Amino acid sequence: MSTAYADLDLTNAIIGRAESLDRPVASLDRLRAGRQARVLAVRGDGAVARRLMEMGVVPGAPVRVVKAAPLGDPLEVRVRNYHLALRRSEAQAISVVTSDE
Amino acid sequence: MSSTLQSPSRAAEPSEIKAERATRPPVVALAGNPNAGKTSIFNALTGLRQKVANYPGVTVERKEGVWNLAPDAPPARLIDLPGLYSLDAASLDEQIARDVLTGRMAGTPAPDVIVAVVDATNLERNLYLVTQLLDVGRPVVVALSMVDLAEREGLKIDAAKLGESLGLRVVPVNAKQRRGLDELAHAVLSTVGGETPGVCWRLSDGAEEEVRRLVEGEGIERTEAIRDLYSDELPSDSARRVAVSDSRERLARANPQWWQELVTARYEWIERAASNASSDARNTDRPSATERIDRIVTHRIFGPVVLLLIMGLVFQAIFSWATLPMDLIDRAFGALAEFTRAEMPPGMLTDLLSDGVIAGVGGVLVFLPQILLLFFFIALLEDSGYMARAAFLMDRLMRGVGLHGKAFMPLLSSFACAIPGIMATRTIENPKDRLATIMIAPFMSCSARLPVYTLMIAAFFTGRKLFGFVSVGVLLIISMYLLGIAVAVVVAWILKHTILKAPPPPLVLELPPYRLPNARNIAQTMRDRSWLFVKRAGTVILMISILLWALMTFPRAGHDAASAADAGQANAEASAQLQQSFAGRIGHVIEPFIAPLGFDWKMGIGLISAFAARETIVSTLSIIYNVGKDSDASSPSLIEAVRDAKRPDGSPAWTPLVAVSMMVFFVLALQCMSTLAVVRRETNSWRWPLFMLGYMLVLAYAGSFITYQGGRLLGLG
Repeated sequence: MSTAYADLDLTNAIIGRAESLDRPVASLDRLRAGRQARVLAVRGDGAVARRLMEMGVVPGAPVRVVKAAPLGDPLEVRVRNYHLALRRSEAQAISVVTSDE
Repeated sequence: MSSTLQSPSRAAEPSEIKAERATRPPVVALAGNPNAGKTSIFNALTGLRQKVANYPGVTVERKEGVWNLAPDAPPARLIDLPGLYSLDAASLDEQIARDVLTGRMAGTPAPDVIVAVVDATNLERNLYLVTQLLDVGRPVVVALSMVDLAEREGLKIDAAKLGESLGLRVVPVNAKQRRGLDELAHAVLSTVGGETPGVCWRLSDGAEEEVRRLVEGEGIERTEAIRDLYSDELPSDSARRVAVSDSRERLARANPQWWQELVTARYEWIERAASNASSDARNTDRPSATERIDRIVTHRIFGPVVLLLIMGLVFQAIFSWATLPMDLIDRAFGALAEFTRAEMPPGMLTDLLSDGVIAGVGGVLVFLPQILLLFFFIALLEDSGYMARAAFLMDRLMRGVGLHGKAFMPLLSSFACAIPGIMATRTIENPKDRLATIMIAPFMSCSARLPVYTLMIAAFFTGRKLFGFVSVGVLLIISMYLLGIAVAVVVAWILKHTILKAPPPPLVLELPPYRLPNARNIAQTMRDRSWLFVKRAGTVILMISILLWALMTFPRAGHDAASAADAGQANAEASAQLQQSFAGRIGHVIEPFIAPLGFDWKMGIGLISAFAARETIVSTLSIIYNVGKDSDASSPSLIEAVRDAKRPDGSPAWTPLVAVSMMVFFVLALQCMSTLAVVRRETNSWRWPLFMLGYMLVLAYAGSFITYQGGRLLGLG
C-alpha cells in the first residue's frame, strides 16, 4: 500500500501549524534528553511507522528521550509510561512538540 | 500495511460446529504482550500438565496445557501463544499467533475463548492488542496482571469499571500468589459460546462514511469492511476491489496518511477506557527503580563494563563451575562401560554397548552441565529484563556489520549451542537479517567444540606459560573464540552486502522494567531447552555412535582383539583392525586432501565422524587410539595416546602446530548435523543449509591450511 508518502506538504503544514501555535517543533532525535514532549506526527513508510504507532507512538502521546546508547545510537525513549529503544533514523520520522513545562 | 480483522464471520458458523463445541473440551488461547506476565499465568493455570512442541514447519514453540476450569466442567485446552504486540504479522511469532487465533493453524482448533493478559503498569499499549483480539470475533476475557506493582507505583485500576468500558470481563490475577485464578476460570466458563462486543472504537467521520458505503454497497459486515479498507491487499472479488480502491483513493485525497487512523482510533478509544477506569497518581518526574538501575546499566561507560562483567561471569561459570559435574558424568559413564564389559560375556554385543552406545551417549551428556548453566543465565537475563538492554548497548556495533541488536541474544546463545541460538532468531522481523544471523551463528564457539579444545590443550599446552604467567592454553581458547567472532563479523558484512543486501533493519525494542526473575519460569526454560539437547544426544548421536562403531569394526580383520593375550598385542591387533575397517579405508582415501592441514588418516576418521557432531571426534579418537578398552588402570589415557601417536615413519602424528590447526578447523567448519536440520527447518529449503555447510567447509580448510603451512614456514612445526 502506498503509505510511503513521507509527504513534505503535510510535514510543512504540521510545522506551520505548530509554529503558529508558538510551540517549538522538532523531530524526536533532536529532542534534548529529559525534555517532555508530545508526538505530533509519525512520518515514513509502512512497516516501521506502523510498528511505532502500534507501540503507542501516535499523535498526542507523551514522549521523552531518556538517553542515548553508549555509541550515540539507539535512543531510549519513554512513551506512555514505558521505555522503548529506537534508532535515530526512526526517531527522525517522529515529529514532536515540546510541552510548556 | 496489513490488517488484523481476519475473523470468519461468526454469524455464518454452521450449527453442527456449535453442537460439537458443546461436547469437546473448550479451547482457550492465552495471548499478551511480551513481558506481560503471560508465562507465569500459564504455569499457574496448568501446573505441570503442559507439553512443548513446535508448530508444523517452523520452530516457533507451541505450548499447550490442561486447565481445570471447575470441578464439574471438562478441563480446557490452554494454548499459550507467543508474546506479541500486535496481530499484524510483522514477525513469525505474530503470524503464528494470528493463524492460531483465526483457526487457520493446522492441528490447532480455533479457540473458543481468548484470554488476553494485560499488564496493569502498561495499560494502554497492552490494550492495543486487546482491540485487535476483539476483531477476531471470539469471546475475550482480560487477565489483568501486575496489579500490585501498578498500585505500588500509584496507579489504581478499577477492574470492574475497566471491564465496563471495554465491554469485557476483566479479572485481576496474581499468578505468584495464585489469586484470581478461580475468578478467571469462572469468567472463561461463563463466556464460552457467548457474544463478543465487537468493534467499539470509531474512525473519523470521513472514514466511517467509507466503511458504511462498503457495508451497504457490498453487503458485508463492518469488521470485514474495515479489514478490506486498511489491509495490504485488495479483496479478490473484482466488484469489491473497485469499491475498496475507490474508497481508499477518496481517503488518501483528504489525508495522505489516512491509514494511520486505524491505529490512532484504537488508541483514542483505549485512552478513554483507561482514564475512566484508573486513577494515575504516578509521579513521572521521580525516576522509577528501573530508570535508576539503568543509570548504571545502560550508562555510557559503566554500561559496557557491566555487559562485559556479565559475559565474563557466564563464561567463567561454563568453563570452571561446570567441570565438577562434568567429571562426575564422565566417570559415571566410564564406570557403566566398565561394568558392562565386566558383567557381559566378551563379544560383539558387549563391544557395541560399551564402546558404541555408552561411550557415545556419555560423550554428549557430559555437556549437559554447561548447557544447563548457559540456559540458566540466558533465562535469568531474559526474565529480569537485562537482555533488551544488551541489545540496546550492542545495536550500534551489530549494525556496523548490518545486523540487528536483537541478533545479539541468539548469537550469545550460540556459544552454548547453535541450535537454540538459531531458534531464537525468530524474534528478528526482517527475513534477510534473520537469515544473516542464522548463517553466522555456528561460528560462535559452541560447547561441543570445548572437548576438542580441551583435549588439544591438555595434550600439548599444559603448564606452558607465556612471559611466565599467561597460560598458553587459556590464550589459545580465547583466540579460538575471537577467531570465530571475527570470521562471523566478516561473513555477516559480506552477506549483508551481497546476497542478503537490505537497508539496515529498524530497531523498535521495548526495554521492559526490571523484574525479579521467577525461579519456576527459569527452571522450566532450562528444562525445556536442555531436553531438546538431550533428545538430540539420545537420537542422532546414538545413531552416529553405532554407525561409527560398525564402520570401525567391519570388515573384521580376523583375530578378535579382545581375546589377545597381552595388552601390547591387543593394541596392535586393534590398530590392524582399524586399518582394515571401512572407516580406515575412508581415512586413507581422504588423507592426501587433509595432509596439507597437518592431519593423518586417523585424524581424518575423526573429522568424518565429527561432521555428524563435533564432540564425537573425542570418542572416535579414543576408539582409534584404543583407549579405555583395556580395563588395566595403567593403560594410557587419551591424552597420552594422542601425544604418543606416531606416523608410519615414526615421527609424532600430533605436534602443537597440528593441534592448533585442528582447533582452527573446528572453529570454522559446520560439523553438526543437528544445526543443518534446524537451518533446513527454519529456512524451509535445503539451499541455505547446504550453502552454509559448503562455505564453512571452504573457510575451515583455508583456515587450517594457512595455520599449518604458515606455522611451518615460521618454523613452528
